[in-house]
This record gives sequence, C-alpha cells and structure tokens, in this order.
Amino acid sequence: MGSRASTLLRDEEIEEIKKETGFSHSQITRLYSRFTSLDKGENGTLCREDFQRIPELAINPLGDRIINTFFPEGEDQVNFRGFMRTLAHFRPIDDPEKNKDPNVSEPLNSRNNKLLFAFRLYDLDKDDKISRDELLQVLRMMVGVNISDDQLGSIADRTIQEADQDGDSSISFTEFIKVLEKVDVEQKMSIRFLH
Amino acid sequence: MEDFGNIVCSAFIVWLTLVVGLIVLPAMFGISLGITEVYMKVLVKTLEWATLRIQRGSKEQQKPTTLVSNGIILRDDGSMEKEITDLRKGRSKPQINGEFELSDIFYFSKKGFESIVEDEVTHRFTSEELVSWNLLTRSNNNFQYISLRISIIWVLGVCIRYCILLPLRVTLATIGLSWLVIGASLVGLLPNSRVKNWLSELVHLMCYRICARGLSATICYHNKENRPMKGGICVANHTSPIDIVILANDGCYAMVGQVHGGLLGIIQRAIVKACPHVWFERSEMKDRSLVTKRLRNHVADKTKLPILIFPEGTCVNNTSVMMFKKGSFEIGGTIYPVAIKYDPRFGDAFWNSAKYNMVSYLIRMMTSWAIVCDVWYLPSMTRQEEESAVQFANRVKAAIARQGGLVDLSWDGGLKRAKVKDTYKEEQQKSYSKMIVGDDSS
Repeated sequence: MGSRASTLLRDEEIEEIKKETGFSHSQITRLYSRFTSLDKGENGTLCREDFQRIPELAINPLGDRIINTFFPEGEDQVNFRGFMRTLAHFRPIDDPEKNKDPNVSEPLNSRNNKLLFAFRLYDLDKDDKISRDELLQVLRMMVGVNISDDQLGSIADRTIQEADQDGDSSISFTEFIKVLEKVDVEQKMSIRFLH
Repeated sequence: MEDFGNIVCSAFIVWLTLVVGLIVLPAMFGISLGITEVYMKVLVKTLEWATLRIQRGSKEQQKPTTLVSNGIILRDDGSMEKEITDLRKGRSKPQINGEFELSDIFYFSKKGFESIVEDEVTHRFTSEELVSWNLLTRSNNNFQYISLRISIIWVLGVCIRYCILLPLRVTLATIGLSWLVIGASLVGLLPNSRVKNWLSELVHLMCYRICARGLSATICYHNKENRPMKGGICVANHTSPIDIVILANDGCYAMVGQVHGGLLGIIQRAIVKACPHVWFERSEMKDRSLVTKRLRNHVADKTKLPILIFPEGTCVNNTSVMMFKKGSFEIGGTIYPVAIKYDPRFGDAFWNSAKYNMVSYLIRMMTSWAIVCDVWYLPSMTRQEEESAVQFANRVKAAIARQGGLVDLSWDGGLKRAKVKDTYKEEQQKSYSKMIVGDDSS
C-alpha cells in the first residue's frame, strides 16, 4: 500500500536537493510527480522526446533551446537532480536577509545566475560572447519566416551596436548585464510556485 | 468427487437463479429492488470514514501532506504583446515602435519553463488524481501506510471486489450482451413496422440496463425534457466506451462507428438488423464527404433514431473537454448536447488506450467500487446563419464544459498520440515578428 512517488525519492535525496536548489519539501515531491509523469520510458531519466511531448513547449519558438538547457554537454538523458538543478534557475529570488551564510555559494536562482542562464540561451558555443551569428540564430527561431534576412541582419546589428561597449562587435556577459540592468529580472525570470 | 461436482453445479445454478431473479429481471423492466442503493450507502460511509482516518493519520505522522491542489504554479495570463512590452518598460531610451530587445527572450523562456512544470494538456490523458484515497490500489499515488484498520478494510475491499463483485458483473455483462445479440437478431427477422421499432428499442434498453447493473452504475439524469429526439444528433464528451451504456440507458440512439472484427463485430452486425445504425468500413472513413452524406441521409429521415457522436474523437480523462472535430457539425440538423461527468471516488472510468487494452480496461471497470455519474441533457442547438462549423462546434463545446464543470480546452484530443501541428508555433512567430518590425509588412 506504499506510495509510488514518495518512496522512490528517499528523504536524504530530498534534503540534498533542498540544499542545492532551495525548493521546499512539498515542491520537490510535486515536481517529482511531474518528472515521473513526463518519463514515459519509466527509467528515471528524461530524454528530449519526453519534453517535446508537451504541446505548449513544442510550439514555443525557443522550445528546442530551452530543452537543450537540461542536457549537459553531449548527454541525452537528464535525471531528476539535473532536472531540478535547471528548474532552480526559475525559482523566485530569496529574501536577501535569509541567506546570511557567506560559505554558501551563490544560489542558482540569484539575479546574476538568472541573467547568466538567459545569456547562455544566446551564447551557444559558450565562449562568453554573443556573436552576430548567434544573435541571428535566436532571432530567426523567434520570428520564423516572417522577416527577411536583410531586415533581421540590421536588427541584429542595431542590437549589438547599442550593447557593445568595448567595440568587439559582440556582446559579453558584462555588457549583457548592463543592457538589462533596469529589467525586473526577479519577476520576469521566475515562476511563481504555489505552496 | 462426483458429489463435490454435483454440489458445485447446484450451487452455481442457485446463484445464477438468484442473479437472474434479483438483478436481471428487475433491470429489464426498469425496476430497482434497492440493492444497489444499500450498497452505495455502505460504500459512501466507508470511504468517508477512510478519508477521516487518513487525514488524521497523516497529521499524527507529521508528514508534510502533498496537497493535490489544482496546480503547482501560478501563471500569468497576459498576451505576448503585453508581457513583452512590460519587459521593455525598464529601458531608458524612448520606445520606438517595432524593435527587438535582448530581454524579449525572457518571455519565451519563462513560458517554456512554466509549461515544463505544468501544462494544460499532457495530464488530460492520464487518470485524474484523487484528493483522498478511495481504497483502490490503482489510485494510490501519494498515500502512505496509515493504520492497521485501513489496511484491513483495504484487504476486505480487494476480496469483495475481486471475488464477489467481479464474477457477478462478468455474469451480468455476458447475459446482457448475449441477450442483445439474440434479441436483436430475432427482432431483425420481423418485417419493418412500428412493432419492430418498438421491440428493437425494448431489446436495446433491456440489454443496456443489464449492463449498467453489471457495472453497479448509478446514473443521475438531469433535464430529461431536453432528451434527443429522432432525426437529431446527440453529441457528448468522451471518457470511455462506457459512455454508450450510460447514455443508452435512458434512450435509444443510432451508433456511428467503424466496423470491427471479433466480439464487437458480432454485436455490431446483430444490432444493425434490429434498427439502422451507421457502420463504416475502414476505407470509407477516410472519405469525409461520403461519411457526411451517409450521416446526412440518416438524419433527414425523421423516423430514425438520433445519432450518437463523440466529437472529441478520443477518450480524455473527464476533467476537460478537448477540441470538437467539426465534421459532426457540418451535417446540419439539430444538435442535442449532453454532458457526462463521472465521480472519480468510486471508480476511474477513463480509458487510457495507450496503457490498457479493451479487456484489461473492462476488468478494471468491473473491479471498481461502482460507476457514479451525472448526465445533463442540454437544450438543443442549431447552427446560426453566419457561424462556421468550427465556431458552432466551439459554442457547443463551451456549453457542455460549463454544465459539466469541465475545463474548456481548444487543444486537440489527438495530441494523445500525435505531435502538435507546426501552425501554432508559426502563429506565435508571426505575432512576435509584428512586434519587432511594427505593422508595416516587409
């Protein structure tokens, strides 16, 4: 008569995930339910097809990029820890007073890490710069066939021109942060979890 | 040994007589002896007691209860335009209409992650999660061991369901279906006349009533004055093949469907002798115009029974109504919408055809506590002058969803098996393109 979901996830694991990501106990069990319901192969890991089965994600123009963030270099499967680690980026930013411990490294959902996450969505080759090509790739994904190459190119050029400060025709992470300093990252890159 | 054989035989005959006498015969004439009512009362009391014990038990153990609330996250419902404009508010330079911002990506990534955590569609194809355990192993997802008493009741429940209820229900179903085949074939021998129609309706009704008893079905029909009339089309939301038994318990319908082989094929061939149903060969189903034509002819004949159609085209889990295929709404004629809502506490009626085949599904049905459902007959609807078939379909779907307390979704039930169409993604890309180049076309 035991429960299927919770007994497969041991309490120690839940504690570890809690420490690493900051999710609460009930959030972790709820997300584990979600993980197992997406895991059609029932082998404890998700593959890309499992994500693509979600219709709302499949029609998202950046769907493929988002799915890729779950899979570390060259791997095709993500386990629950990896799943939670990536989701943690979207946890709302904690109250700064709560986290007084200087030994704890920056939490995954800090403003800086959220911006880094967004930066990595553009910067595919991970060279810490968003080149014109990389920007064009993302733009093309978001607009589909509705804008010509020329027009898209000029949009990309304009964006780089505005952001670029050291004149290397690409956007570094520092420049990226500068451009977005007024944006409410806390709200726009966070998912509001119930309980 | 022979004596033992004799005893078993006589016991079987006695039991069979009891079943026929107490259940089959009253069912055929639509009378109730009250046995089901008593059973349901006991069942409800037991489940309520179990719920209280479980709640008390989890409080004592101080385990954090995973609340099965309606959602994991709270989503913003703003449109793409509104959300992206909001994102751009922080910019110091003045807003030039039609421009790209690096922050635009936040909108899509947040939407993407929200859909990974919780989406509207994928969970419609699995059984509904219960708020509290109903003592069936199959609905046990998050409920842990509570107390000895609950476990005993559960074991008792298993024994009752598998050793008493299951054989009883299988017997009833067999009797009901055999009666349908035999009775329909007999009626089919008569020449076409009013008597034949009346007899055919009687045979059908009797069989479905027996089958309904075979599932311990308690059905509550509302608004019977809106019942479908001859020459009309009855549309309903689809949760399982049992829907047919549920609806046919209170009226006679002409079925529409594909010709099958095996047992189902035998039943199909038999009942079409008694009154006209519309069966299609697999090849014919592909020809939309042929299908529409045959249905139109059937509907035009006012002496024929109303057609029963499930426009969703597939079974969904009774928490929502998914896209209605427009085919049924192009035929013309009057549409009689019907909403069916099952009570999940007594048994999960949803047929997850990916997980269970028909036989295992029926066994699951017959080992549930009972099937309890509400059926609402809604006032008839016809297509308005300027309405397209799709708009009409959506109007009917909204009415059914509203009545049954179900979520009205425009996603296609076919997403159970198929991938979503790219056109939806293209729509989003188009909207976004308009935002960054303004409205002058490039």
